[in-house]
This record gives sequence, structure tokens and C-alpha cells, in this order.
Amino acid sequence: MHKEESKEKVFLGFWIYMMTDLLMFAVLFATYAVLKNSTYGGITIREIFDPPFVLVETLILLTSSFVCGLALLFAKAMDQKKTIYFLAATALLGVAFLGMEIYEFSHLLSEGNSYTQSAFLSAFFTLLSFHGFHILVGTVWITILLVHIAMRGLLPSNIRKIRLLGIFWHFLDVVWIFIFTIVYLLGGIL
Amino acid sequence: MKKTVGSVRSYVLGFIFSIVLTLISFAITIKHIDSDHSFIGHEIIIGIVLALAVLQLFVQLIFFLHLGHEKGPRWNLVFLASTITIFIMVVVGSMWIMYHLNYNMMPEKVGSYIMEKEGIRK
Repeated sequence: MHKEESKEKVFLGFWIYMMTDLLMFAVLFATYAVLKNSTYGGITIREIFDPPFVLVETLILLTSSFVCGLALLFAKAMDQKKTIYFLAATALLGVAFLGMEIYEFSHLLSEGNSYTQSAFLSAFFTLLSFHGFHILVGTVWITILLVHIAMRGLLPSNIRKIRLLGIFWHFLDVVWIFIFTIVYLLGGIL
Repeated sequence: MKKTVGSVRSYVLGFIFSIVLTLISFAITIKHIDSDHSFIGHEIIIGIVLALAVLQLFVQLIFFLHLGHEKGPRWNLVFLASTITIFIMVVVGSMWIMYHLNYNMMPEKVGSYIMEKEGIRK
């Protein structure tokens, strides 16, 4: 009983970590909002915003969040094969998202719009790469988890880790929704 | 209600709602841009797009993260609520302060004078 209780605390602990992570994003969002118009005569968000490209990025991340949730359901149903497939799909979608983000960054850099160009670009690159870094960490985490599951099966500890990963991944999707809305959509509107 | 918690149905519903909300706010934005920013008022469209994002936040919290369905004291909810409060204070507060700081420190004429003098493009 005591052991069960302490394991439940893992989720609350991870949840609190996630909340502090959100506060870091709050600071970066605030920085971005304040510096949005400080373009120093350079490129603006309206010029960066490529609607179809960003929509695809958003849908990829949304799908991976959904697939990650399904992986947890299969894990709870002790279906190891499907758990592995769905977790792998989550990671692949994460990689696809990262690839698109890196493409966008390299495109900007190749046109001389690096993060040193203006306060706006510094804030833009910091906010987006901070989110991208989380996706990268999540992808590595999934990869390690996949090896664990493949080697040792769906142990209770592995199912617990999938649940924690789910919290992490769903929150990254939520953060992206706000990047999508505040940075891109409002950037296009304003 | 109990049955939908953590079921395939809950994830599918959350996924569909999220996609619909994303597409709606995307379509509104595109329509606004295509109509040369004259579709509806600026303030209204900003309000709509932000409201859709907040709505999607709740959709994902409920359908993906199953918030409000944990047993016992709802610590998750308490922490989330305080985090959102601080989040809004940090973002809105910063924007408010910096807007007034900019407004008071740099009158339009001084700004344009410096830009002209230093050869800074606007």
C-alpha cells in the first residue's frame, strides 16, 4: 500500500516539474511579446509566417500527441507490439516536426536572418528552439523507452514511464498551440 | 462519464476537437490576411483566435491529460491553476509595463528624428 502511494506521487512530482517548465515558457512568451516589433528594420513575423508550412507542423504535432495517448492505452492493455508501434510513430512524428523546424531555421539563416539580427529574431529563435529542444529530449526519451520495452517487456515501471512521457508530450503540444496562435497566427494578423 | 476517462473515445474526441479548432482559427486568419486585413476588426479577430487557443487548451487538458478525473485531492488542478495565474501575470504584466515604458521613453518625434539621423530604416 505504501509503495503504491509513493508511486502515485511520481505523477504529481512530474506534473509539478511540467508546471515549472510552463513558467519558463511564460517568460519566453513574455519576452517575445515585448520584443515582437523590435525588428530593427529587418524581417518581421509577417514575412516569416508561411501558413501551409506552419499548419502542417501543427497537425504533425497534434497527431503525435494523439498517437502517444493511444500508445498508453495499448500499454495498459498489455499489447506490447502495438505499444511499440505507436510509440515509434510518436517519435517519428516528433522527428518530422523537428526536421521542419530545422528547415525553417536554416532557411531563415541562409537569408541572413540569424538570431543576432534583431531583438525580435532573438526572441523568436529562443522561444521556438526551446520548444524544439523539448521535442528533441522527448524523442530521445521515447527511443530509450522503446529499447527498454523491447528488451524487458511491459513491466509496470515501463507503463509508468509511458504515462509520464504522455504528460510531457501532451504539454508540449499545448505549448505549440500557443506558439502557433500567438507567434504565427497573430503575427500574420497584426 | 467515468467510461470515457482514458478510453480510445476520449483520445479520438480530443483529437477531432483539436483539429477542428486549429483549422477554424487557421481559416479565420487566412481569410483575414487574404481580405487585406479588413475581414473583421483587429481586436475582434485577435480575441477570437486567442479564445480558440484557450478552448483547445481545455480540450487537451480534459481529453488528453484527463484533468479533473484524478482521485482524492486535486493537486494537479491546484498546481495548474496557480501556474496559469502566474503565466498570465508574467506575460500580460511584461507587455503592459514595457508598452508604457516605450511610450514614455520614446515620443514619436524623437524616434523618427533618431532614425533619420542614424539612417535606420523603419
